[in-house]
Amino acid sequence: MNGLATYISRRLGLTLVILLAVSFAVYVIFSLLPYDPAALTCGKNCNDPGIIEANRIRLGYDKPFWEQYWLFLSGLFVGRSFGTGAAAIFCPAPSFGYSFQQHACVTSLLGDALPVTVYLAVGALILWLIVGVGLGIVSAKFRGKLWDTLSTGFVLVGTSLPTFLTGLMLIIFLVIKWDGSPFPSDGYTAPDEDFGQFLLSMVLPWITLAFAFAAIYTRFVRSQILEISTEDYIRTAKAKGLSDGKILGKHTLRAALAPIVTMAGLDFAGLLGGAILTEAVFNLPGMGRLSLKAVVDIDLPVIVATTILAAAIVVVMNMILDIAYAFIDPRVRV
Amino acid sequence: MSLLTVRDLRVEFKTPDGVVKAVAGVSYDLNPGETLALVGESGSGKSVSNLAYMGLLPASRTTITGSVILETTSGPVELIGMSNEELRKIRGKDIAMIFQDPMSALHPYYTIGDQLIEAHQVHNEVDKKVSRERAIELLSLVGVANPEERLAAYPHQFSGGMRQRVMIAMALMNNPKVLIADEPTTALDVTVQAQILKLLSDLQKQFNMAVILITHDLGVVAGAADRVNVMYGGRLVESTDVNELYENPLMPYTVGLLDSIPRMDKGHGKRLRAIPGQPPSLIKLGDGCAFAARCGRKSELPEGKCDTSPELKEVTAGHLVRCHLYDSKGAAK
Repeated sequence: MNGLATYISRRLGLTLVILLAVSFAVYVIFSLLPYDPAALTCGKNCNDPGIIEANRIRLGYDKPFWEQYWLFLSGLFVGRSFGTGAAAIFCPAPSFGYSFQQHACVTSLLGDALPVTVYLAVGALILWLIVGVGLGIVSAKFRGKLWDTLSTGFVLVGTSLPTFLTGLMLIIFLVIKWDGSPFPSDGYTAPDEDFGQFLLSMVLPWITLAFAFAAIYTRFVRSQILEISTEDYIRTAKAKGLSDGKILGKHTLRAALAPIVTMAGLDFAGLLGGAILTEAVFNLPGMGRLSLKAVVDIDLPVIVATTILAAAIVVVMNMILDIAYAFIDPRVRV
Repeated sequence: MSLLTVRDLRVEFKTPDGVVKAVAGVSYDLNPGETLALVGESGSGKSVSNLAYMGLLPASRTTITGSVILETTSGPVELIGMSNEELRKIRGKDIAMIFQDPMSALHPYYTIGDQLIEAHQVHNEVDKKVSRERAIELLSLVGVANPEERLAAYPHQFSGGMRQRVMIAMALMNNPKVLIADEPTTALDVTVQAQILKLLSDLQKQFNMAVILITHDLGVVAGAADRVNVMYGGRLVESTDVNELYENPLMPYTVGLLDSIPRMDKGHGKRLRAIPGQPPSLIKLGDGCAFAARCGRKSELPEGKCDTSPELKEVTAGHLVRCHLYDSKGAAK
């Protein structure tokens, strides 16, 4: 397996280079924005040049671009102090900067938001994989029959209903109109606070988010299975006398695994950057809501951080998928 | 005693354009230990006729009628109309198949050991170790070096010829009585083709199997077959033993096929002759002779004769032909 080790280390190196490029690109874009970051730190109606200039120096916005970028990068590894003396604020590594609007280190904001989004994405992923793969198999197996028609209907509804509508309908019918509904109407409860309440607060968001994905996956899995069923090696399996169940379970699904894993990995990575609509509808304090709030407030350090983090998650997931491929597909190993 | 008795086999596909009569009444016998070649161009029904009774065609759009009786150890069984579950127990056990393209016929994600052992396990309730021993034995029989180590290899680690050897090993795991070889050498290099055909014929003797060799290559037929069925438009048009076919082909289509292959003994410098025209559409095929439109000897027959379908007749002993030119025994020459 020496080849595999080389492959993985080469892939890791490449990922680091891409991450560096991504962070640079994002940093450049946000420095080019027509906002004075120092002016933004003291609020909308603040015109006191004294405060603005003091904050400019405190946050390092007086320095040339390259130095700012360097301070940002080194902050990720060693932490960073803003200001000097007693008034200094230290954000420990990995520091993504300091948000004046929220009076907090960006990293601690991310640390609060990311777990919520992770819980949301993981639960939804499990739900949509079960429903999507299950219905896809049923649909392919009973192609053209009642089950296939029903599942095609589900696909149509799932892909056409926008997330905010599904979410709002669930809230109206399962929370507001249902007296004694077990689902809370007041948003998120952390799992270490009250695990039962956490589950209840997440069920509807999970369903909302998984619904659209489950529809897409049903269609995808169905078409994958039907396509693989026409492969020569499936005919070989039939000619051997294997049962339909064994052919589907062992030969067809095994071949469908790689494309399904790829698609699920990328969708999951995309969600970790923030499921903005779902989080907004259910008032979940996740990455999506953090990004949305930052954009509305023009909170530049937070926008830079969430953008880089979302991109980094996708890049890292790509690397994980590439490595996973080496285990899924023996032809990639060599 | 015939091992496989095919009578009036018909296969029809429903398509949006109409009903395709892929096989329109084929009858023949396959005797134990013999090699029967099915020859014809693409769409002549040579593959479909065999896939049909094996239950390997999509059931929802296919209509199969006629009779295919297989002689088994527990007596004759009718394969047409058999339930999928019963047929499944015959597939890969009594009748095994190998296919044209060994590159795609093996599952790319499983080791060949896994695929060979699986073929044995499905028909035998034995320990996996027994199946593994069987797999090693067969791999070495088909000429794969270091069979024990090679069990752990994936199909992509084999060359095309080696993969076809693995396919043959897989087909023979359960000592089948009949081996259907569907264009087994078409995807291979010429030198490898010869090796594979030699291997097949050696193994055929060793296992005492009957082989149905489906091919469009009359060069392959000459070396490998005992008898030849020539198919055209879903029907048998000529059936005879292999030497008779090459020395005395009767049906103009067969003559055309033979004229279109290069031969060492028929003079150099002569251009090869192709059969003019296209294979017939199997949807629009009417009552007349299917080959009439391409037949160079049509003018020898009375006007309108080709609008009626000729019957398959025995012209000389063991030589059957479906052609109006031979309506009265041995008449035309």
